Amino acid sequence: MFVRYPSRHRESAVTPYQAYLNRRQFLRAGAGVGAAVATVAAAGPAAAMGDPEAAREAANGMELTAKSDALSYNNFLELGSGKEAPKENAHLLPTDDWTVTVDGLVNRPMTFGMDDLTKRFPPGEHIHRLRCVEAWSMVLPWQGFPLKALLDLVEPLGKAGFVAFRSIHAPEKLPNQGNGDYPWPYSEGLRLDEARNPLTLLATGLYGESLPPQNGAPVRLVVPWKYGFKSAKSITHITLVEDRPETFWHTVAPEEYGFYANVNPDVDHPRWSQARERRIGDLFKQPTEMFNGYGDEVAHLYAGMDLKKHY
Amino acid sequence: MPAWTSRSITDGAVRTVLVAGPLAGLVATGFVEGLGANPVEAVTRYLGRWALRLLLVTLALAPLARFAGTGRPLAWRRAAGLAAFGYACLHVATYAVFDLGLSPAAFFDDVAKRAYITLGAGAFLLLAGLAATSVRAVARRLSPGTWAAVHRAVFPAAVLAVLHHAFMLKTSLTPALFHGGILALLLALRAVPYRWSSRRT
Repeated sequence: MFVRYPSRHRESAVTPYQAYLNRRQFLRAGAGVGAAVATVAAAGPAAAMGDPEAAREAANGMELTAKSDALSYNNFLELGSGKEAPKENAHLLPTDDWTVTVDGLVNRPMTFGMDDLTKRFPPGEHIHRLRCVEAWSMVLPWQGFPLKALLDLVEPLGKAGFVAFRSIHAPEKLPNQGNGDYPWPYSEGLRLDEARNPLTLLATGLYGESLPPQNGAPVRLVVPWKYGFKSAKSITHITLVEDRPETFWHTVAPEEYGFYANVNPDVDHPRWSQARERRIGDLFKQPTEMFNGYGDEVAHLYAGMDLKKHY
Repeated sequence: MPAWTSRSITDGAVRTVLVAGPLAGLVATGFVEGLGANPVEAVTRYLGRWALRLLLVTLALAPLARFAGTGRPLAWRRAAGLAAFGYACLHVATYAVFDLGLSPAAFFDDVAKRAYITLGAGAFLLLAGLAATSVRAVARRLSPGTWAAVHRAVFPAAVLAVLHHAFMLKTSLTPALFHGGILALLLALRAVPYRWSSRRT
């Protein structure tokens, strides 16, 4: 079932009414909303409405990162190295006629256009911390849906153990993809149970608007308990496989970037400490939390594993 | 107090630009376009970058004097070197205050574990020694031979500073290769036989 749309800007430009309502509610509740680490959609508790201070407290001190910062401080090597290059080169990312193919070890391989994808899986609001492997972090309001919903639809086969993600490959358009030092296209992977965790999202929006190119338009992964590089941007292929797939940074520097890449203050990057992080917008660093603070939801996935070895 | 000759004015202007130019550039950038989403990182890197560049400027003055056939650039070396040390101090201070939260334990942990911090700390210690022996009262007490020998430490300091930069980079080494290339050129120039450059024989 492959529904092709001439441009993703036609129907998707119209905000679904429910999303519109959520957005208003969200804005009214102020910057902090989203009962925090909370996963589930929609705005914070009614008590916090109209009172940004109360909302911030309810959000456990998780004040949203300023939108201007989140859209101008990015790692997206395809659009250039340096934090501001992705925004400057945003126009180079070709997002028209985008399709996402889900295949491999599944009963029902499928290809989706963007409108088809968001119609089948209406995005909800999810506020999450994003902790970069470079020891900085942001708090971001994503619009997206759990990857599990998509996986359930395609029905993974019993022997599927991992999910491989592939990002856009357009060397003729993307300045850095001509650079042969890297194993383009960008690739990432998750264990199937990690991919099915309710925290794992496919995001199509940020701050209530469609995902900007520098943040991974039109659809990206969000895996909030892992370092940011696991949350692959601009995804075109999701493939169910039996064995652990090759992934981009792990291929480039395996001793620096593990496959699991769970946020872990006790396992340093070889070149810097992971014990502390700078929340973008803050002057001073703060302690980094195990699993980026999502231990209650995900620690069970790694029971019995030595996370110093499987970093 | 030197007389107000055109020469002393030029010397003063050059020294002022060396010492205050990069700082003025930082302040101007801050006001005009802002320092981005991570200003602490931007400031720390800017200060480090200019400490290294001023060190390269310091090392460029002797070859400049030689190939230009005038000794005047030699009179700017002290200011350039001290400016490099000054920016290195600000660079280290930003790191110590904002990244380490002034925790000595965090500092020793970093020095022991991270190659680029170790290299940077080495470069900084050498520069501190050079700055201390640049105080005129101290310099006068050393024999010229000793002083010159001590100040050859500027070469290892520059090498360590370039390596400090290179070891910190995540993806491309290009920025470090740029500074490293200039350093290599400046070192190579010193190997050029004098008769090739002497204009007044």
